Amino acid sequence: MRSIEQTAASAQAMAEVRKTERRQKINAVVRYVILAAVGFAMIYPLLWLIGASFKTNHEIFTEIGFIPMHPTLDGYIEGWKTSTEYTFGRFFINTFIILIPKVLATAFSSTLVAYGFARFDFPGKKILFSILIATLLLPNVVTRIPQYILFRELGWLDSYLPLWVPQMFAVDAFFVFMLIQFLRGIPRDMEEAAMIDGCKPFQVLLYIVIPMLKPAIISVCLFQFMWSMNDFLGPLIYISSVEKYPIALALKMSISATESFEWNRILSMTVLALTPSLAVFFLAQKYFIEGISTTGLKG
Amino acid sequence: MYESRILGLAYVTPFVIGLLVFTAFPFLASLGLSFTEYNLIERPYWVGLDNFEFMFFHDSLFWKSLSVTLAYVFITVPLKLAFALYIALILNFKLKGINLFRTGYYVPSILGGSVAIAVLWRYMFADFGVINLILGTVGIDPVPWFGDPGWALFTITLLRLWQFGSAMVIFLAALQNVPVSLYEAAMIDGARKWQAFFRITIPLITPVIFFNFIMQLVQAFQEFNGPYIITQGGPLKSTYLLPLYIYESAFRNFEMGYGAALAWVLFSIVMVLTIIAFVTSKYWVFYSGDKQS
Repeated sequence: MRSIEQTAASAQAMAEVRKTERRQKINAVVRYVILAAVGFAMIYPLLWLIGASFKTNHEIFTEIGFIPMHPTLDGYIEGWKTSTEYTFGRFFINTFIILIPKVLATAFSSTLVAYGFARFDFPGKKILFSILIATLLLPNVVTRIPQYILFRELGWLDSYLPLWVPQMFAVDAFFVFMLIQFLRGIPRDMEEAAMIDGCKPFQVLLYIVIPMLKPAIISVCLFQFMWSMNDFLGPLIYISSVEKYPIALALKMSISATESFEWNRILSMTVLALTPSLAVFFLAQKYFIEGISTTGLKG
Repeated sequence: MYESRILGLAYVTPFVIGLLVFTAFPFLASLGLSFTEYNLIERPYWVGLDNFEFMFFHDSLFWKSLSVTLAYVFITVPLKLAFALYIALILNFKLKGINLFRTGYYVPSILGGSVAIAVLWRYMFADFGVINLILGTVGIDPVPWFGDPGWALFTITLLRLWQFGSAMVIFLAALQNVPVSLYEAAMIDGARKWQAFFRITIPLITPVIFFNFIMQLVQAFQEFNGPYIITQGGPLKSTYLLPLYIYESAFRNFEMGYGAALAWVLFSIVMVLTIIAFVTSKYWVFYSGDKQS
């Protein structure tokens, strides 16, 4: 009797297990379907863009597929020439002339300031730190007009100085905050040992803190790179001559110009404009995801 | 070890200078400017509250712009957060290939603010663009994505929702920090899944919801690139967000005083909403004892 009861019970249990397993499988399938659908919506615009940049204008207007049926480089060749006297290459060079000093200045100034905040005690530190956090939330729109007037008074309009100089003074509180958070997680043992051995704080910063902070500094550089690539309002306000235009302004110019009817040219240049960001992102995505999830930075 | 107080101050000096010159001074100066008329050629001319009086009582464009801005913010912020949280919850199940999805979802928010993406949007949603082509294949008439005021705001909103990835990555990190033992304990006590979600998951991630909410709010109020490039604020000013109005006042019409006044109104709205969020946060944001990253 007993064994029959047991078998019945275990059969029931087995059925129960199988039911849960089946339900879990269905749930997993549903989740994958949702993820894949959302993923498709996320990636579709980019795939379409890349495909369209190799299509003829006629095909862009008539076909919805990714793969061009009559692949052509016309868009790239004609688009590269632009409607101005400069080629798109000029705008690429300008972009990097703006970008590289900006990124280096940001990394340098943010590291110094973060080191000061994370390791030293000084008068007014609490207030300064609160201000730092408050500026994280300060909308830039409220400071932009007087900044423009200031740079105009200094005679810096139509130069890259308004884009470079503020970065030397750690104006992006995000980066300082990110580095402070990272530094707080690093024990001070090594630094203290080095000091006992006679290192000065600056040597400690150079030889011990910076090497340990390297992943975070790389994150800072990468984020600044992306944000500066995307920055449009800064150059729009400060740069007026076409020869100094970065890519963002050149693209905006091309959609306003008559060549806006030549869709494939504009889409080809759009692909090129996104290429540096995409390349950097895929080469260094772990720094982005880590940077954003450990400090909660915007993306 | 780091006892030198002066040295600490020396390290933060760049920040202090930057703060004074590029933040604090412009911040106060724009308040001052908002009481003047200033066209960059003549000296600023003190007009008292005239700018604000004109704005509130005579400038219908301001009211239009403000209502569009509020609509945009109050549609995009909650939708984006809800969507980001929903996808983060799905990704939080230990499924295979999560990293691939996470990366794919994150790409749009890295690129999304750029001119290039705005240009892409403009062409995809154009009258003869690919979106209308796709709709055509399933028999739907072309939608005037930018031709109709209602649709135009929707299209701009969609561009922002497309960039939900950064909020999602932050949510996902928070979800992964919720201790599994809490769920196990709840299950033993007979809790259902939705109970566990509303009683454990949500309270534990409220600090991150709060953080994401504030960040998205501040950013949404400052959106410029999308509407400027895609619709130029049209049609019928239906996507004319306040940052566009500020830009055109100050840098097109060179009415620095009026631009500054508009900027201060925008800033005040953001500040009031942020303060409300902070004040009410003690009723709904749950800080556990352990260190929150």
